[in-house]
Amino acid sequence: MGVVTPGFQGRARSGNPRLPPGQYLAEDFPVLSAGPTPRVRTETWEFTVTTETGEKHAWSWSELTALPSEKFTVDIHCVTQWSKLDTRWRGVPVDTLVGGLDTAADYVMAHSYGGYTTNLPLADLLDGQAWIVYEYGGKPLTPEHGGPARLLVPHLYFWKSAKWVRGLELKTRDEPGFWENVGYHDYGDPWREQRYQGD
Amino acid sequence: MARTAVSGRLAWRVARLAEFRDETPTARTLVFDLPGWPGHLAGQHVDVRLTAADGYRAQRSYSLAAPADGDRIELTVQRVADGEVSEHLTGPYAIGDPVEIRGPVGGWFVWRPADLEPVLLVAGGSGIVPLMAMVRAHRAAGVRTPFKLIYSLRTPAELYYAEELRTPVAGLDVTYVYTREQPEGRDEIPRRINVATLNTAAWPAEFGATCFICGPTGFVETVADILVALGHDPHRIRTERFGPSRD
Ligand SMILES: Cc1cc2nc3c(=O)[nH]c(=O)nc-3n(C[C@H](O)[C@H](O)[C@H](O)COP(=O)(O)OP(=O)(O)OC[C@H]3O[C@@H](n4cnc5c(N)ncnc54)[C@H](O)[C@@H]3O)c2cc1C
Repeated sequence: MGVVTPGFQGRARSGNPRLPPGQYLAEDFPVLSAGPTPRVRTETWEFTVTTETGEKHAWSWSELTALPSEKFTVDIHCVTQWSKLDTRWRGVPVDTLVGGLDTAADYVMAHSYGGYTTNLPLADLLDGQAWIVYEYGGKPLTPEHGGPARLLVPHLYFWKSAKWVRGLELKTRDEPGFWENVGYHDYGDPWREQRYQGD
Repeated sequence: MARTAVSGRLAWRVARLAEFRDETPTARTLVFDLPGWPGHLAGQHVDVRLTAADGYRAQRSYSLAAPADGDRIELTVQRVADGEVSEHLTGPYAIGDPVEIRGPVGGWFVWRPADLEPVLLVAGGSGIVPLMAMVRAHRAAGVRTPFKLIYSLRTPAELYYAEELRTPVAGLDVTYVYTREQPEGRDEIPRRINVATLNTAAWPAEFGATCFICGPTGFVETVADILVALGHDPHRIRTERFGPSRD
């Protein structure tokens, strides 16, 4: 136990088993990002997957949205301590985009319009664990929340769910992305409170 | 290795309250003694952790309000109604009481005295805190980098660092925007920051200024969108969003 601050009691604990440690329930949907919100037009939007050998696969907006999509409901957890339960999304599973590729990569760097990057193990994006989503709550995803499309990896802290995603780069080596480079955790498991490097 | 250095740097340390100053009826600057502090850059933040007698812990982020100064650091905390941590830190928390602090965190929303581009700071409410650290770092370094600060607040009573900001500093130009109530004698209608404000009070886009915007989400979104619309390079616009998530 850490050093006790006299008189501090804290709030009544929620005891909600769906809340990871240190998280509170948000009713609204806070917005956090490192810079201005890019406005990306679907007419020129393109999503690419690049393998470690440089082989590139690209989808236009109409091609991506023509792929079989899934509607699903998940909880999301932001490193700034809010969590939101039962959020509803629609998108294309990453399996559909990456599954058939010939790759030996273990890692992925997600790239966004606007320059943001974040790194993840490839295994965390497969087997129905991650999607490229374009609808939230039954409506097109708004620019503040990463529209037209964002990566969604609900089992990791939300900074891994890159907004305005434009591509996935498969890599044989793990390299830090934007926040990981300034001290955030490489993996970011909310249940283990992996906020910063060394957690 | 680098990794070990970072995890060491982010160890929790015990800090004790050395001094405090009330900025407004609802905001307090806390000065901590923090032995072994490694130093930090203006714009970085720390995590503060409080532990209750039964072992319960709560942790929140707070921006560093002043540049590095040995083993002392300053935070300014705005009391949030019903806020678990801010109510304690602006209320019962007393001189000599411990908290745990780790950091510094964040390497993006920072200003270094060696940066030569002009700087635009846009603060909404308590978003002034990390920007004030930059203003103070700028003054302490005695560099000529031109700074402009646009500070949006509801009423004159909510001004933080009032005396210090009132003292003119060469190279720092401050514009206040009051959204609900103007100071006495100022003959303008209270309003929010808009295109006209930024057109007049910010650097022209061609100057290639680095822009730091900090405040509640809606504020940051609006200001960043306007700056982009006025031609500022999105890559030079850095944002930090905090304050209650409900605007
Ligand atoms: C990078 C960064 C820098 C920051 N810098 C500063 C700074 O310099 N100064 C500053 O004053 N603040 C700063 N903040 C905000 C700060 O971290 C806290 O969010 C703020 O002090 C409120 O914390 P709190 O514990 O008092 O309130 P909380 O208890 O977290 O409450 C905040 C709001 O969330 C809701 N809420 C939270 N927990 C619960 C719950 N369990 N049940 C129901 N509702 C809940 C409440 O409705 C309340 O309105 C910063 C935040 C970040 C991310």
